[in-house]
Amino acid sequence: MVDSSLITVTNVVKRYRSETVLKGIDLNIGAGECVVLVGHNGAGKTTLMKLILGLIKPTEGAISVLGFDPSKDRARLLRKGLGYLPERVAFYESMTGLEVLRFYARLKSEPIAGCDEILESVGLFDAKERPVQTYSKGMKQRLGLAQALLGDPQFLLLDEPTSGLDPVVRRQVYDLINRKCAEGKTAIISSHSLNEVESQADHVVIMNEGEVIVSGSMESLYEQSGLPTIITLSVQEENKDRVLEQINGLTSSISVKDSKIEISCSQKDKMTVLQAVMSLDNGVDDIQISAPKLDDIYLHFIPNKVVASEREEETRA
Amino acid sequence: MNAILTLAGKELKDGLRNRWIISIFLLLGSLALLLLLVSSAPGGTVKVSSLNVGVVNLTSLTVYLLPLIALMLSFDALIGEFERGTMLLLLTYPLARWQIVMGKFVGHLLILMIALVLGYGGAALISLLITDGGSEGWENYLLMMTSSLMLGAVFLVVGYLVSILARERSAAIGLAIGVWLFFVVLYDLALLGALLVDKEQLISQELFSFLMLINPTDLYRVFNMSSITGSGEISHIVGAIGTESLSPIVLISTCLGWLLIPFMVVIGLFQRREV
Repeated sequence: MVDSSLITVTNVVKRYRSETVLKGIDLNIGAGECVVLVGHNGAGKTTLMKLILGLIKPTEGAISVLGFDPSKDRARLLRKGLGYLPERVAFYESMTGLEVLRFYARLKSEPIAGCDEILESVGLFDAKERPVQTYSKGMKQRLGLAQALLGDPQFLLLDEPTSGLDPVVRRQVYDLINRKCAEGKTAIISSHSLNEVESQADHVVIMNEGEVIVSGSMESLYEQSGLPTIITLSVQEENKDRVLEQINGLTSSISVKDSKIEISCSQKDKMTVLQAVMSLDNGVDDIQISAPKLDDIYLHFIPNKVVASEREEETRA
Repeated sequence: MNAILTLAGKELKDGLRNRWIISIFLLLGSLALLLLLVSSAPGGTVKVSSLNVGVVNLTSLTVYLLPLIALMLSFDALIGEFERGTMLLLLTYPLARWQIVMGKFVGHLLILMIALVLGYGGAALISLLITDGGSEGWENYLLMMTSSLMLGAVFLVVGYLVSILARERSAAIGLAIGVWLFFVVLYDLALLGALLVDKEQLISQELFSFLMLINPTDLYRVFNMSSITGSGEISHIVGAIGTESLSPIVLISTCLGWLLIPFMVVIGLFQRREV
């Protein structure tokens, strides 16, 4: 049988002294897939990325990237087609942005002529002659993204790519990542801004305390979660009772707020309900459908105490 | 090769940017000039070339200074990158770990070479121009410069060993100074002390020669003293060791051993290190 997986993680355990950071992870990532790793701080996302990069070795289990053990020296040529952005990216501070990018381009044997264009794409062109020590956190993060994009790699590993960025730049960065995913690159992205990556996620992996809680496509996670889709009908006051009467019995969960009727239904029943609503003779001015977001799915699968401690952390921050 | 040259180029640029090269050049150059000018002063009836005297004086200076300079250049090479977080990114690029160490070594060696050539070479030229000491002994002077570079190379590699063994930068500084003290000061003192208390002459001449030659700083001293014609008039160290143990094979292999063995240990430890 030919294995079509680009990355195979088989029962991987990672221990640091007495602490077990990963507790038996199994994962298959195919070429061209955009995988989103979701989990609170300390869930094991960064450790998993470092294992895939070969920076650390598993205590138990095996990892294969295109059939190679990534921690072996002979797998190093694979890294030419790889772009990595660490969670806390650090550069040689006395070098300018352009010097940094040219340095990494040379290490990848990429032409340095393309550096200006990449700096332009991450919005750092005007600051390219400034030493990195004068850059803000967001600028360093963008420079990190620029080096990850050197040589237009087929495989991107981005660990919290938008941490420390303001909302406008965050949006730009996600647009760039989405473009890369749409071009068919394989990408593994760990992120807290879940809703921004879900449109491109072919595969979502929710992790907690070193384990994969659930993994699959957005649709399958949505189904597994059993979270409802909310269909909101805007109706005029005089038609409300008639509409309610007609949709009654479709689903047990119907609530009325002012001139809005909210129908809560499962993924399975969604089309039946929609068809019924569409067949109403009149009285409905507008229909809004709101499916659960990745945020909701994440919160559904993650134990409450983790969510509480994460919120506490956010409040403190 | 491309990766090694890129890394070496970066180290060299850093050396220029943070004024390492100019500082080492000024330090070595001014001290060398001073010693050469002093050496060229008329000194009694024994006629010895001022460059030869300069070699003796400069050897004594270099043996203290250059190991310290080399260690200061290299102690931070690996631990510094680990601590600042730049190593993480570097290791995700298509280069082997030995290439990272080799690239840094080439870069640091170039820094030492430029500073040495400009400092010692420049001092010798100026001294020749302004005094009438003559150029006799220039081959010994060149050998002294070459062996100084080798001494620097050995301590660069020892510095990388310190850099990979230390768990944090502050510990690496302490360890580097400890290594310098041991090789440059304490080792010879201990050896002298052992000779003084060795009434029953347990330490044979062969063992003494061996103990001296396994220390790279002593090896450097002995090499330069023995290279000078009429060394007996200048120094008695060579006589104490016996010239038979100073065959070029012994000298070169000891020096290569001091370069290769720590280098291999550094690579081995670096390969195992997780980031």
